[in-house]
Amino acid sequence: MSNTMSFRSIALGSLAAVLMLAGPAVAQEHGAPKPPREEWSFAGPFGHFDRAQLQRGFQVFKEVCSSCHSAHLFAFRNLAQEGGPGFTEAQAKAVAEQYQIEDGPNDAGDMFERPGRLSDHWPSPFPNEQAARASNGGAYPPDFSTLAKARTYEVGFPGFLIDIVTQYQEQGPDYIHALLNGYHDEPPEGFTLPEGAHYNEFFPGHAIKMPKPLSDGQVTYSDGTPETVDQYSRDVISFMMWLSEPHLEARKRLGFQVMIFLIIFGGLLYFTKKKVWRNVEH
Amino acid sequence: MSGHATFEPKNPALKWFESRLPLVGLIHSSFIAYPTPRNLNYWWTFGGILSLMLVCQILTGVVLVMHYTPHATLAFDSVEHIMRDVSYGWLLRYMHANGASMFFIAVYIHMFRGLYYGSYKNPREVLWILGCIIYLLMMATGFMGYVLPWGQMSFWGATVITNLFSAIPVVGPTIVQWLWGGFSVDNATLNRFFSLHYLLPFMIAGVVVLHVWALHVVGQNNPTGVEPKSEKDTVPFTPYATIKDAFGMVCFLIFFSWFLFYIPNYLGHADNYIPANPLVTPAHIVPEWYYLPFYAMLRSVPDKLGGVLTMFGAIAVLFFVPWLDTSKVRSGAYRPLFKQFFWIWLAVCIGLGWLGSKPAEGGYVIAGRILTVWYFVHFLVILPLLGLFEKPKAVPASITEAVLGKNKGAAPASTGAQAPQTKG
Repeated sequence: MSNTMSFRSIALGSLAAVLMLAGPAVAQEHGAPKPPREEWSFAGPFGHFDRAQLQRGFQVFKEVCSSCHSAHLFAFRNLAQEGGPGFTEAQAKAVAEQYQIEDGPNDAGDMFERPGRLSDHWPSPFPNEQAARASNGGAYPPDFSTLAKARTYEVGFPGFLIDIVTQYQEQGPDYIHALLNGYHDEPPEGFTLPEGAHYNEFFPGHAIKMPKPLSDGQVTYSDGTPETVDQYSRDVISFMMWLSEPHLEARKRLGFQVMIFLIIFGGLLYFTKKKVWRNVEH
Repeated sequence: MSGHATFEPKNPALKWFESRLPLVGLIHSSFIAYPTPRNLNYWWTFGGILSLMLVCQILTGVVLVMHYTPHATLAFDSVEHIMRDVSYGWLLRYMHANGASMFFIAVYIHMFRGLYYGSYKNPREVLWILGCIIYLLMMATGFMGYVLPWGQMSFWGATVITNLFSAIPVVGPTIVQWLWGGFSVDNATLNRFFSLHYLLPFMIAGVVVLHVWALHVVGQNNPTGVEPKSEKDTVPFTPYATIKDAFGMVCFLIFFSWFLFYIPNYLGHADNYIPANPLVTPAHIVPEWYYLPFYAMLRSVPDKLGGVLTMFGAIAVLFFVPWLDTSKVRSGAYRPLFKQFFWIWLAVCIGLGWLGSKPAEGGYVIAGRILTVWYFVHFLVILPLLGLFEKPKAVPASITEAVLGKNKGAAPASTGAQAPQTKG
């Protein structure tokens, strides 16, 4: 045991030397607790998205989140893209056609509305940031396109070094999960909540403008999945992660192939090197 | 240095060409016959690894530029377009972004190796200084590259770093406006940084050519620090060094791939996935990890100009190391006291790096000040004095002797090394 311990301390020590203790930036302020680490299907070296979960997450996004949050990099064609929610092209087309997209100008010089196509992007709920702020008590609901990668919390020493080995990259999803499940009906005693804000255990400063977005039974699932806030949040966060990193599966798959190749190639080179140097003391 | 064998073409066409431009002969003498000390360890493979990383950065960069748009309103989305819609764009972009960090990891190891084995000493001063110039160019390139995605950390990092120049008396504010191309970090800044980010790597490549040229004039240092004295001390670059470098490169690529494929955003900042917003300042503005020790020094000095001078002084002092180190013994392996101070100094650098990622308050500032002072004391006081007072261990008479002595096992075997030739 002491052997493995010392190996680990050596490994960590050298990693520390190499990385000079790089800590990711912190979107979280002092005072908020660390979000608990959750299980995610897309974590780890063989991580992948659960198609049914992405479809449910899309449903939650469509029915709840998208009434305030934009996702301007999200195109309807992405729904049928490999490594995504696994809709067929016809299904994605049907989704697109439910939306009216502004196009133009036409030959008469007028803008007009037409049903969405696969190449269209998800229509934003507000025409501009000012309109969004005006409707949301001054707060700007962040765009969902890269949001799952744009949130984090400080892991601290030595956890951030261990994260290299365990490949922990899910600070964003963990934080958003904690946030969505971290609403309190009443702020704790002694905490004065500003007008129009809501108390959230995990939000920096605890006073969040977004009202509790999800409640049990709010979205009707057709596949019998439990209709709870926890389940909704897991589903929509998976969807958000896919939206932020649509080629995550391809990346991890290619990574494994590259690793196998490099390890075999490295092994061959090692023995070749030994053979070349066999008669030279060095 | 003369090689083990010279290149004599047999093919008449090649003969004709060689007599007009001895290009193949140059390659042959530089990478095939070039005599390399037989006792180089794996720390010496980082030179090759760095060349590999430079090529990797330039190739991925050139392709990324085909899809990137350097404009304040389009840059962020064009990077995301690369990540989403360009074939293997995610691979190119993550390779380039993580490649920059890998480049710095390799360069730091390369520099630490040089500092430990005294690779900067006579006659390698120019070689060392060229390396320091490459490092400076890398810092500038890396900084400007991080601005290009135009995320929150890009924007605010650029704001903080360019503002440093305003500390220069009299001309400071003018220089800052000139850097910005206006009165704040904006589209003009992004455009000039993009232009320079494309230019500087080719300047790095140029200085690398000089660096390798200088290396091939004076020859490689080696763990004993004893110059090769006969053909027995060296082996031809090919196959000996080539195969060893290739193995080192593949090991490094495995390390690189771990980050690239599995934790590609580990070395970045989450805030940089938020588009730049001049009206919202991030809670903590932190530069890329490779600048953190210097960032810590900058913040340790209460005066702005003093901080800037300290930060640049920390790099400038590296240029003078060949003359600050007064020891006659080259390799740290035979310098018992130097060895200890070297590791302390390395720990100080890592400590400064950690402090650079922390907020500048309370105990962090005090620790930062102590470590900053130590960093300079190491170069300006310890290195010059060590050479005068340290009693080095016996240095082997030749590389071959050191190698054979080591491999026979027990110490008495190295008879020559016991000769009373202690210096200092």
